[in-house]
Amino acid sequence: MLAESLALSAVLFSIGAIGVLTRRNAIVIFMCVELMLNAVNLTFVALSKVYGMAGQVFVIFVMTVAAAEAAVGLAIIIAIFRHKQTVNLENINLLKG
Amino acid sequence: MPNFFYQVNFYLFGLIAIGSAIAFVTRRSPVAAALWLVNTMFCLAVLYVMLEAQFIGVIQVLVYAGAIMVVFLFVVMLLNLGEPSEIADIRGKWGKLVAALLGIVLLAQVAALSGKRMPEPFIPGTGYDAQAVRDLGAVGSVAQPLFNEYLLAFELTSILLLVAIVGAVVIGRRRQIDAR
Amino acid sequence: MLLQEATRGVHPLSGSIAEWVWLIPLLPFLGFLINGWLSITSAAHVGPKDPSAAGHDAAGHGDDHGHDSGGGAHGDDHHPVVRHKYAGLVSIVGPAVLLLSFGLTLAIFMAMLGVSREAPFVRTLFSWIPAGDLHVDAALQVDPLSMVMTLVVTGVGTLIHLFSVGYMQDDPGYPRYFAYLNLFVSFMLVLVLGASYPVLFVGWEGVGLCSYLLIGFWFTDKANADAGKKAFIVNRIGDFGFLVAMFLMFANFGALDFLGVSAAAPGAGFNSPLVTTICLFLFLGCAGKSAQIPLYVWLPDAMAGPTPVSALIHAATMVTAGVYLIARSAFLFSLAPVAQLTVAFVGGLTALFAATIGLKQWDIKKVLAYSTVSQLGYMFVGVGVGAYTAGVFHLVTHAFFKALLFLGSGSVIFAMHRAYHATHNHDDAQDMRNMGGLRRYMPVTFILMWIATLAIAGIPVFAGFFSKDEILGAVFARAHESTLAQVSWLGIPGSALLFIIYAMGLTAALLTAIYMTRMMLYTFHGPNRSGEKEQSHLAEAPWVMTGPLVVLGVLSLFGGWLNLPALLPVGPIGVLDHWLEPVVGTATNAVTGGAAEVAHGTEWALIGAAVAIAVAGILIAIVRLKPERLVPKAQAPEEHGIERVLLNKYYVDELYDRVVVRPTVWISRNVLATGVDEGIIDKLLVTWVGTGIPRLFGWFGSRLQSGQVGTYAWVLLIGVIAVLGAFTLR
Repeated sequence: MLAESLALSAVLFSIGAIGVLTRRNAIVIFMCVELMLNAVNLTFVALSKVYGMAGQVFVIFVMTVAAAEAAVGLAIIIAIFRHKQTVNLENINLLKG
Repeated sequence: MPNFFYQVNFYLFGLIAIGSAIAFVTRRSPVAAALWLVNTMFCLAVLYVMLEAQFIGVIQVLVYAGAIMVVFLFVVMLLNLGEPSEIADIRGKWGKLVAALLGIVLLAQVAALSGKRMPEPFIPGTGYDAQAVRDLGAVGSVAQPLFNEYLLAFELTSILLLVAIVGAVVIGRRRQIDAR
Repeated sequence: MLLQEATRGVHPLSGSIAEWVWLIPLLPFLGFLINGWLSITSAAHVGPKDPSAAGHDAAGHGDDHGHDSGGGAHGDDHHPVVRHKYAGLVSIVGPAVLLLSFGLTLAIFMAMLGVSREAPFVRTLFSWIPAGDLHVDAALQVDPLSMVMTLVVTGVGTLIHLFSVGYMQDDPGYPRYFAYLNLFVSFMLVLVLGASYPVLFVGWEGVGLCSYLLIGFWFTDKANADAGKKAFIVNRIGDFGFLVAMFLMFANFGALDFLGVSAAAPGAGFNSPLVTTICLFLFLGCAGKSAQIPLYVWLPDAMAGPTPVSALIHAATMVTAGVYLIARSAFLFSLAPVAQLTVAFVGGLTALFAATIGLKQWDIKKVLAYSTVSQLGYMFVGVGVGAYTAGVFHLVTHAFFKALLFLGSGSVIFAMHRAYHATHNHDDAQDMRNMGGLRRYMPVTFILMWIATLAIAGIPVFAGFFSKDEILGAVFARAHESTLAQVSWLGIPGSALLFIIYAMGLTAALLTAIYMTRMMLYTFHGPNRSGEKEQSHLAEAPWVMTGPLVVLGVLSLFGGWLNLPALLPVGPIGVLDHWLEPVVGTATNAVTGGAAEVAHGTEWALIGAAVAIAVAGILIAIVRLKPERLVPKAQAPEEHGIERVLLNKYYVDELYDRVVVRPTVWISRNVLATGVDEGIIDKLLVTWVGTGIPRLFGWFGSRLQSGQVGTYAWVLLIGVIAVLGAFTLR
């Protein structure tokens, strides 16, 4: 089942990546990133069977980071929406120097 | 080898997870997409439990599906984005094609890499985690390393959360300049 | 490393006071910090505002113009003497730190007396360079050789520091002077105590720096600053050799600490090209630091520094570092007879060559400078023929009598300068033609200087006699039976070459006696030529200056007792031989093949010849030279023929100028500056490449910065795929 778990993780990760590339809605892209994080978590859990409990501890850390990221990221999205009335990334180029 | 029932369940929830994920990236409505993602996460929680990471499975449901995704839905509703937006949310035909291609290449590479050095076969009830669960219980097995070896990292994540809370409040706050 | 650990674990000195050996160099360094701080904080108040006022008007600074500059060019002499406001504190701190170091050295020396000294005691402080295979510890080594050197450096150093208090305390740069002097001693102690070549090299470079700083101490005079630069640059040539030798050692032996190299060196084989190359490169370093042909030219110019500096750095300690290095590397040199013969031959040649120049110098310090070069040549003859103890013995006795000579000359210059200052005379205070008859005015200095002169000339009972005789005796003995006699050097059989070196040594001894007597006659005997008015101002220096002179005089008298030859019926025989045996015994035996020294009859004959030559030299000088007929510098006639050649030091400086300096300057100016720098670097690289490529990249990069997160995500993923692809395809 380990091989299957890892394969599933790879598939989910790839789907998440495709989502990041194809979607333009900032919130959806965010959710795709969450999916990618979940895929990585599955790898950690699966491999903790072989390499020890550290994998599961790391899952906890990943979740914490994901929570923090969601909080800050969504706050940013709200701020941008207030400013531009859109969450479409095509219309947002604040990163341009 | 694990028994037949275990295998069937594993494949079943794995396939549901993949299906939900595909549905998640293809739905135009953000709310529908979010609900499909919640479904994927439930499936993953089931798989965690089957992989003898019961505590992680519970956390997955509570934190991910229960808290993080709810925040996402809140934001979607708060910004009134529930309807599929008029502007194209999803890239055009070429965008999808190239993205799919890239995804497949990524998948192939991951498969090729993982196929190179796969650890020993998996048997339920064996391995480090199963042993740890037997010794310390589902929660204790995670708590033991978390509060010993990784105590410093654990404390640092608490600071990270604190910073995130403060940051979210500061960024999300309605400013004077917006009110004007 | 393992060897070090092993010796540390069981060494009888571990846990004793020798553990505190690191304090020995640290104490002078603290002195440097204190004096340097005083110098910096007070710089704004008493710094050299006006070059003439700062450099020339303090009564005590000794007017050290190079001889060539003619000794004129004084500023207004009516300034009152203003002592530095921290002079009192500096006078205490400067010598005190050295005295403490000397005390600690003595304590460690005492501790060593009672225990077995077979293995060196290595005190590892910390890991200094851990880089792959190269592992160098900051470690100090306590063994008989380093102890002898440390005792000389701290002991003679303390005396010279005390002398400096009298000599320099009216100089406006007094704290700076003591800061440099303390720093020098600190580095010198690192040099002699270091347990590996790199640590030694730190000290080696550090003393070079301090030498530069102190030669150019009165830097407002361009000649002094140039002399400092010359010393520094000439020394770089030698340091190149030292560095290459270290690289070769590390590449072939895998170690750089003395214990490691000495353990690995025999594996390279006797007389192998590798060891010979390493030794020759080491000797290049020694030739630079210890002023041997062809790199000796800096030392006479170094006399531009204050006279105590000449005594400490350019006579007693730093310039002997090369001799120390060869004695320290005895295990290498005894494997390379060809290199040893080179060392001995260059040493002998230098001894003879410098002595001839010394015959005709008028500047009292220049005479002593060439005498130092010559005596260093003797030491190299000693260590070159594998008589390491004899070389170190001469190093020690030379430190005594040459420090005495320099300090004595400093005292003379001090008196002369004070007299000239009082009468506003602008003549050269260092030229012997302006002196004469000083014995009436400075009796203490006069007697002590004669003791040192007899010591350096090699008159029996005095220190120099025993050490010089031991070196010459060793050369004679090696010519008969040793590994050196069996190899050939550039086609000359080793034994023949050793006889040539012996003859050169004897000739140099004759010349030494002549020029030293000449110096004494012209300085202290005959009528006084300084002028009527000046005579009334000539007087002995204060006790703080004569005190160290007396101590050094006693040492010059009895220093020979350190290592009396076996054929004497009285006294302790071969103390230094016995003391240094653990360090250089094996190497010496490897050279002699364990053969006995020459028979007693022959030895008496050799001693007789040496004494006869020394006495003959003194008599020749007394008979031939008439101080009564000498005229002051201002009225001196033009020199002709060989005398002129000698006065101009064989025109070696001019030769180096034509052959090395001018072509280098020409190439730098016309090829490197206009062609390479302005043409290639400025035009091609800076103007075209330097502005063109950034613009290209800037245009391209600004296209990439769309600000679209989606685009960035694409680029990111393509990057991930590329990296993973690299892993997959591997």
